[in-house]
Amino acid sequence: MADNRAIFSNKFLPYVLVFPQIAIVGVFFLWPGFQAVLLSVFREDAFGTRRVFVGMENFVRLFANESYLNSMRVTFFFSISVMVIVISLGLFFAVLADRAIRGSNFYTTMIIWPYAVAPAVSGVMWMFLFNPTIGVISHFLDLAGFNWNHALNPTHGFIIVTLAASWKQIAYNFLFFLAGLQNIPPSLIESAAIDGAKPRTRFWRILFPLLSPTTFFLVIMNVMYSFFLTFGIIHQVTQGGPGQATNILVYKVYRDGFVNLNLGASSAQSVVLMAIVIGLTFIQFHFFERKVHY
Amino acid sequence: MAMVERYPVLTFFTHVMLIIGVFIFAFPIYIVFVASSVPLAEIMRAPMPIIPGTQILQNYSTAIMTGVADVGASSGRMLMNSIIMALGVSGGKIVISMFAAFAFVFFRFPFRQVFFWAIFITLMLPVQVRILPTYEVVANLGMLDSYAGLILPIIPSATATFLFRQYFMSIPKELPDSAKVDGATPMRFFWSILVPISKTTFAALFVILFIFGWNQYLWPLLVTTKEQYYTLLIGINRMLAVGDQQAEWQIIMASTILAMLPPIFVVMSMRSLFIQGMTEQEK
Repeated sequence: MADNRAIFSNKFLPYVLVFPQIAIVGVFFLWPGFQAVLLSVFREDAFGTRRVFVGMENFVRLFANESYLNSMRVTFFFSISVMVIVISLGLFFAVLADRAIRGSNFYTTMIIWPYAVAPAVSGVMWMFLFNPTIGVISHFLDLAGFNWNHALNPTHGFIIVTLAASWKQIAYNFLFFLAGLQNIPPSLIESAAIDGAKPRTRFWRILFPLLSPTTFFLVIMNVMYSFFLTFGIIHQVTQGGPGQATNILVYKVYRDGFVNLNLGASSAQSVVLMAIVIGLTFIQFHFFERKVHY
Repeated sequence: MAMVERYPVLTFFTHVMLIIGVFIFAFPIYIVFVASSVPLAEIMRAPMPIIPGTQILQNYSTAIMTGVADVGASSGRMLMNSIIMALGVSGGKIVISMFAAFAFVFFRFPFRQVFFWAIFITLMLPVQVRILPTYEVVANLGMLDSYAGLILPIIPSATATFLFRQYFMSIPKELPDSAKVDGATPMRFFWSILVPISKTTFAALFVILFIFGWNQYLWPLLVTTKEQYYTLLIGINRMLAVGDQQAEWQIIMASTILAMLPPIFVVMSMRSLFIQGMTEQEK
């Protein structure tokens, strides 16, 4: 907005124009965000009648709480697993679709549409396929002598939510990698080929480095996805279990706040999540030098 | 990219792997579809059939008209709620973002930067990090179990505001200038010039925002307690919560297919716009 372009002059109109969004932001974003920060330094007394200022105590307790630390570890491994799967498969299929001259459009269409499937729906679907008694996949696992039960076995629980989360997110990564590949000038590849570089070399020496801004963008988006948007999958498939094997941070906030009604602890967790989002947003805008120059 | 030289083996491998990929993405949905077309008894007899059955009409009409008894709302009703929510969220986001971007680009006014940053900050406050206090606000306003409660708290959009702002800034200066010379009011310029030329940006955003609205899960889970406001995704969760009773899988699977159709339809019918809209987020 640095330029001084043609400007209409009107004293009231611009306020009327920004009002709807600003009002909603104020009421449903800033005020609750402020409340979350405020509540995180208070604790309700035993009768729930008075709020007592406790400073950092909620945070100290939080980071001393084994169940919270477990939730952090689970979230970490969950996002790493999802990340590895969706980046590698997304890139793999994008390179292939970019190579395939014939049918490229067909493949692209068939690979991007899971993006339109809601995480919660993806969860139901995989839950059905792996259902210990009636699931198609669990049936064949059973035939192979493998007893699948994601309701009892923590590893199975972790695998099924990772699968449901990744299946849907590959499409997103594929789309961005494909767009990235198609932006690379063919002359670059041609001249490398003339110099005798084989496809594998060309990929690692030319394509992959040129895709690095896209890869970096996707790393951030995938972290956001597995931290926050997979709530529906967890809620549908495992409810954080078995044990606490899939109790990711955002699910724990929900459970502590709404099921266990522990306001102080839940708010402290919200503040930690807020810090994570702020960090990620900062990294994203800083490294991309987005157009938000002020 | 045109292939630079021929590697028949590599080309063959490319197609084989892509077909496997297509299979991986289509297989789960195919199985769900088959399950939605057979009687429950056939699903229970593991392994279930892999060819669609003859109960398609029956299962889908049961799902749409009555649904699962314990849930209390038909999938048809919940499908409509989901559509209302997705349209409300996407439409709302587009309208308020476009107004705000119009103000930011074509006017200079006190507190402009403050407002801009207030909208920017929403990026850092997704509903997941402020659930309890937002729930309290909505409850105090008496908006639990209402469409307003489902839609309003998630419609501010920094992304949409930035995209419109970006687009408006790329418009040649002559356009607003000549509109001014012709004596057009700002709102006249907005409606008769800006809106028509922004159609592509609209459409691309609409696809993404519709899916965003459709996929909402945590928020509807919190604000709806009356079944007539359940979205379909919440309804499916309730259908599965049967305790010791037998889940009606054929109805659940029919509802699952119904929950996929609108967003898939939107993405497929506006494919190129969707791809354009998506990749613009990166810029």
